[in-house]
Amino acid sequence: MRAKVVLRRLLRNKQARYGSIALILLVGLAYLGPFVGPYDWTEKDFLAFLSPPGGDHWWGTTTIGQDMYAVTLRGMQKSIIIGFLVAIISTGLAAIVGAFAGYFGGWVDKALMWGVDLLLVLPSFLIIAIISPRLREGASWLWFVVLLAAFSWMITSRVVRSMTLSLREREYVLAAVYMGIPRWKIIFRHIVPNLSSLLIIDATLNISGAVIGEAALSFFGFGIQPPDVSLGTLIAEGSRNATGYPWLFAFPAGLLVLLVLSVNLIGDGLRDALDPGSNS
Amino acid sequence: MSILEVRDLTVTFPGGIEAVRGVSYEVERGEVLGIVGESGSGKSVTSLAVMGLLPANAVVSGSVKLHGRELLGMKEDEQIKVRGKTISMIFQDPLSAFTPVYTIGDQIAEAVRVHQNVGKDKAAKRAVELLDLVGIPNPSLRAKAFPHEFSGGMRQRAMIAMAIANDPDLLICDEPTTALDVTIQAQVLEVLKTAQRETGAGIVMITHDLGVIAGMADRVVVMYAGRPVEQGPVDDIYYRPRMPYTMGLLASIPRIDGEEGPLVPIDGNPPSPASLPPGCPFAPRCPMKVDMCDDEEPPLTPFGSGRHVACIRSHEIEHKGLTGADVFPVPVIPPNEVVRVPRAERPTVLELDDMIKHYPLLKGAIVKRRVGTVYAVDGISFDIAQGETLALVGESGCGKTTTLQQIMQLQPPEGGRVVVLGRDSAKLDKAGRKSLRGDLQIVFQDPMAALDPRMPVGDIIAEPLRAHGESDVRAKVEELLELVGLAAEHAERYPQQFSGGQRQRIGIARALALEPKLLVLDEPVSALDVSIQAGVINLLDELKSRLGLSYLFVAHDLAVVRHLADRVAVMYLGRIAEIGTVENVYDRPAHPYTQALLSAIPLPDPELERTRKRILLEGDLPSPADPPSGCRFRTRCPKFAVLSEAERRRCVDEEPSVARLTNAVDHGAACHYAEEVEVITASDNQEEE
Repeated sequence: MRAKVVLRRLLRNKQARYGSIALILLVGLAYLGPFVGPYDWTEKDFLAFLSPPGGDHWWGTTTIGQDMYAVTLRGMQKSIIIGFLVAIISTGLAAIVGAFAGYFGGWVDKALMWGVDLLLVLPSFLIIAIISPRLREGASWLWFVVLLAAFSWMITSRVVRSMTLSLREREYVLAAVYMGIPRWKIIFRHIVPNLSSLLIIDATLNISGAVIGEAALSFFGFGIQPPDVSLGTLIAEGSRNATGYPWLFAFPAGLLVLLVLSVNLIGDGLRDALDPGSNS
Repeated sequence: MSILEVRDLTVTFPGGIEAVRGVSYEVERGEVLGIVGESGSGKSVTSLAVMGLLPANAVVSGSVKLHGRELLGMKEDEQIKVRGKTISMIFQDPLSAFTPVYTIGDQIAEAVRVHQNVGKDKAAKRAVELLDLVGIPNPSLRAKAFPHEFSGGMRQRAMIAMAIANDPDLLICDEPTTALDVTIQAQVLEVLKTAQRETGAGIVMITHDLGVIAGMADRVVVMYAGRPVEQGPVDDIYYRPRMPYTMGLLASIPRIDGEEGPLVPIDGNPPSPASLPPGCPFAPRCPMKVDMCDDEEPPLTPFGSGRHVACIRSHEIEHKGLTGADVFPVPVIPPNEVVRVPRAERPTVLELDDMIKHYPLLKGAIVKRRVGTVYAVDGISFDIAQGETLALVGESGCGKTTTLQQIMQLQPPEGGRVVVLGRDSAKLDKAGRKSLRGDLQIVFQDPMAALDPRMPVGDIIAEPLRAHGESDVRAKVEELLELVGLAAEHAERYPQQFSGGQRQRIGIARALALEPKLLVLDEPVSALDVSIQAGVINLLDELKSRLGLSYLFVAHDLAVVRHLADRVAVMYLGRIAEIGTVENVYDRPAHPYTQALLSAIPLPDPELERTRKRILLEGDLPSPADPPSGCRFRTRCPKFAVLSEAERRRCVDEEPSVARLTNAVDHGAACHYAEEVEVITASDNQEEE
């Protein structure tokens, strides 16, 4: 019944509706757009370096004559996947580890929190730097997602744990225990839904964080490697020439903003739908 | 001349929420004005407006005059001079009213120094005097203690000491004893009376407890939906209420001297202050409603000697001499089939045999070592027969919640035995425990905390059904909702869309989902308003008869217990002090603690309250980590105080166990010198005869 009620509330929510439409349009643009454009992202037009938007090159060209439209959409495909996967994995991990540690307490709590603290003190950049060259071959960006997610969940999981500590004492949790419901089920049915506001905000922040963070790593030569592109690498490159050749920067940055905005809208709508306190 | 004069006070919060809609009253010197009303009736907001303590976004209009001086619209620095000096306030929760980082003595001395030009030493000395006045033992030593080192009752006394530090002319007490146990409440009310005698102040007493008002107040204002609906001398209001709401309120309170049988419930809920009905705000719940009631809100009109009533049918009520029980429909509860069989022949559903639960007191950061033991439950025994309600009563810290948790956990206890439906909890395996859980369910105290706020009501009630693999959950949920008096469409709403009473009904529906045989009720009505409480009590009573349930009812409110229970066990400091049928224990209590407990409960009857003899207990509950030797009650026992040296020896050395009283079938007390006394209606006059 909960799923049905939440879905209905979500559909009634204006923010969520506009957010979903925007997100569907953006994903459609990223995956279907390249078929419409006149150029492939690997092609280089040696007759047009740094040409402004218009005419044959809708969004202009880069310093080496790549078509901005094709390149940006290619980058967006990568960024959407990376952003969503990192956000889902890291928030999910944070919720599960934090809730289990907080609910079970004792040695489970000690072991899990020891792991969290260890990951927090390890310089994540160094580790990614050491590991990533070994993962060059094959679907290297998938490994990259895993690494990025693995180092971004710890602080949230500590917050989740402390919130669980107070939720654990609530009478409805006690009531569930007295009904004879297994403890792992109580965590997923009663603890995690009551943390949903925090988790949704965390996940939406993680999406933009992952896209930007991936760019920072790419800049140092890890992650997405040329000639492949992502929104992050495009923004990093374009920002250097943002004043002189604004189209290099404006299109990838604008798309990132739209992407994050639509996800935020969905997140807000979902939070309202899940939270009975909101009057939607 | 009156000290405080409030005229047409209105308070509006943003969003058009009219919390107070025209309140007028005055308080004379040395007079106690009681303001009663349910939560949300605007009684606290009224007093905050008088103190000028409302948030800045509240719009206040009308007039509040203190000694003829207008308080509303006064500048902040002028107000500060009045606050704490001429008017002081006593809050409900004394723990949050004190700063935890300063000593009690310092905080009282500060209150003195803010308004009086005296030196530090003098103020400190005055603080000690004040603590002595409110009856704190060793005041010079205790003044150096921090708030957390005080018990709840002592903190409230210290709060009173602080409030009277500057000889105020007016004391506003906002639910001053609601957070306290009854025996402590009796002590604090005595202190308040002393404080009033010392300062000669007028008191505005705000509470929902009609018993407290009956004993304290001279005049009463009854508030409903932000407006006074009836106001007048206390005797008139209690004996001759002329407004249906007051009549219902008075009729709905369970009384310790009351009869058994269904209570008078007021249907429905108080209106939301954001959407008031067009006419009389009580009309939707009023059994005497006529069409005219919806036309306009009846004004508060004079009604004979100093009384005001806001009801268009008040003269008719007066003329016919109607009472709450005549007007409000009383539900008929079917007789209980099970009880026809004598108790001894009925099967036992729960049996506790010398059950023990001790908590270790641990110290140390890395390596924990045991430095002591909390004797939370120290050997209690009782049994519940089928179709019976046993009430476990006692003040906070007596071990009733621990007992209940031990039973619900279905784990082997530390000592003794817990036998549920003939099955020993120590011999249960995992599957057996789960199947037994279906027969043993619980209803919690706080109806908000007991329901997952993120789950629709349908899922909440379905949860136990699904966990135990029931089929056709949907139909069952609808059936359960109807059983507890809710509609089937309510299944898709969230708990917070319901009022407190309805939420408690949902909690009961969930507990009944698996058709249990024994229901544990943990203070099921103590968080509810009086008018709602009666409905829930009636529901529990009815379910018991219809479904043949047995209840273990844990409560601190002895009046509710009298109404619902068949037998009662009084607990003190982890032991049972007295056990027996309700009639025996209430009418002829034999243990001095039970006697004190019963005599401490205020009755909603001003006449009786004034003449009643109170047995006041000294001090607070001893720590369960360090209980007194021998009889645990001896440190506070009024009987122990009058015993001879030789008789006392026995109390100190030997711990009494529950012994059956000679002339009763079902009545036992754990006292060496048990003696049956009637206390509820005992008065001073009777003693002399």
